[in-house]
Amino acid sequence: MTEKTITIREQKVHKDYTKVKLIILLILLGLLLLAAAFASKVSPFDPYEQDLGSALQEPGDAHIFGTDRYGRDMLSRVIMGSQTTIFSALLLVCIITVVGTVVGIFCGYYGGKLDAVLMRISDIFLAFPGMVFAIAVAGVLSGGLSNAVVALACISWPKFARLARSQVMTVKDAPYIAAAKLAGSGTVKIMIKHILPNIAGAIIVTAVLDIGTMIMELAGLSFLGLGATPPTAEWGSMMSNGRSMLQTCPWVVLAPGFAIFITVVLFNLLGDTVRDVLDPRNSASH
Amino acid sequence: MKKYIGKRLLQLIPILIGITLLTFILMNTSSTDAIDIMEQNTGGSWTEAQKEAARAALGLDKPLPIQYINWLGDVLTGDMGESYISGQPVFLTFMEKLPATVYLTITSILLTILISIPFGILSAVRQNKFLDYLIRFFSFIGNSLPNFFVALLLILFFSLKLGWLPVMGSSEGFKSVILPTLTLAIAMSSKYTRQVRATVLEEMNKDYVLGARARGIRENRILYFNVLKASMLSIVTLLALSIGSLLGGTAIVESIFMWDGVGKLAVDAILTRDYPIIQAYVIWMALIYVLVNLATDIIYHYLDPRIRLGEGMK
Repeated sequence: MTEKTITIREQKVHKDYTKVKLIILLILLGLLLLAAAFASKVSPFDPYEQDLGSALQEPGDAHIFGTDRYGRDMLSRVIMGSQTTIFSALLLVCIITVVGTVVGIFCGYYGGKLDAVLMRISDIFLAFPGMVFAIAVAGVLSGGLSNAVVALACISWPKFARLARSQVMTVKDAPYIAAAKLAGSGTVKIMIKHILPNIAGAIIVTAVLDIGTMIMELAGLSFLGLGATPPTAEWGSMMSNGRSMLQTCPWVVLAPGFAIFITVVLFNLLGDTVRDVLDPRNSASH
Repeated sequence: MKKYIGKRLLQLIPILIGITLLTFILMNTSSTDAIDIMEQNTGGSWTEAQKEAARAALGLDKPLPIQYINWLGDVLTGDMGESYISGQPVFLTFMEKLPATVYLTITSILLTILISIPFGILSAVRQNKFLDYLIRFFSFIGNSLPNFFVALLLILFFSLKLGWLPVMGSSEGFKSVILPTLTLAIAMSSKYTRQVRATVLEEMNKDYVLGARARGIRENRILYFNVLKASMLSIVTLLALSIGSLLGGTAIVESIFMWDGVGKLAVDAILTRDYPIIQAYVIWMALIYVLVNLATDIIYHYLDPRIRLGEGMK
């Protein structure tokens, strides 16, 4: 590619554009989270109330997304499901980010035996391909949404530990750390006040980009019957239950499916935008 | 090179111990007792003495570290016990189902290569032009679709609406493999198209490309003879590394399409609490994954002239 000289004006336009994108995404996601948080207030019908008389109605005026085989309103169930799916995914991402970052900072800062042992442990978790270990953990712990979260947390924290560790290694010998030490700062203070702010960018970018993936994997485990169990409204298990009616009543599968898709799209767009802001060198277009 | 291989093989040992130990611990934390499951499956109610006898026969009365050593010995000799449900040896059952999963993995990798390499290169060459945006748009969509949704959409469209392809099973030969392959390849291609693009772009920004341009060498020639040649090795490595994770990622797709491989075997085993099968699945998948990655890594080191030739200096 020919090297382009980017003028300051162009840079500013790009920055403004990214800012606008970020604000729009945050508003959309804020609305989504609000709807999820107040799901029971927002839903037009009771998502758990069965009405066999109006089972499997096509999407129409009364029920915008139709009804399932028990006559439950699909729209209400999709809204209720957003609560289950999104909040467990967010909780999961918080857990793995915090655990991974703490482990990574300690490993990177202290090095030595502690580092070697913890990194070997993370190697072992990384040695299991993708979902295999999660499926086994969820299976052995006998299903349930919280167990699915534990299962995915087990295999996902090492990624953050590795990232935080490598980032710490690049900053720990910087002059300002030495200066802080000379000024008498304690280790914990150095980690929190000097190291964490410097490595936070890369970790936040990875964490936000992970939300979408985690939503899909949690829904995947529920789809296999290893996560949320009926009658809980959860997108993955709703799709799994509707599978046999794909031909006659596709809406029972399509409604939660598109709900997952749109949510993941929004979170992935947010991830890309956050990366443009915090870590422009690695942005998608360059 | 030999030294490197030796070092990598040595590093493998703690990983293997870790994998088996972790699996062993996992299986022992399960809330249900193996004896209870066996009792349920035989239908009858056992006396305490019978239970004790069964426990002793399985070695479950010994302390945990001893149990682990015994169990590890069994695993290494290919004896992984019998399925609680069918009573068949687990190892044989697993090996019987493995070819179907390997077959599906190979077709998916091939399709992924066919999609992601040309589109990734095209996207890089046309950086920030319409075609690049289009390709990136589709790879973004593909990245945001969970594979079970893709599978159901494909079934809805190609099997139920158009009636071209079978909904499930593997009885119709080549026709049955199309949809599961497509499902797996869509997700993977979306990911790898981006990575191929990034790799090629990185190579194109190197100084020697600028040098070649300055000497007036045609853009196409630089692309085919320098850039692609240099980036192909990392691209192929990237794809080879995905084989392992793909082998383990087929469980959902296999159980949707009723594809009779190890993934479906494991999911079914979880639903029936058939622990020996789950155990075999976890260990073997991890083992295959680790070995495929190791082999890829060694071959990469062997093929990369920068590393191979630089060896004498180390």
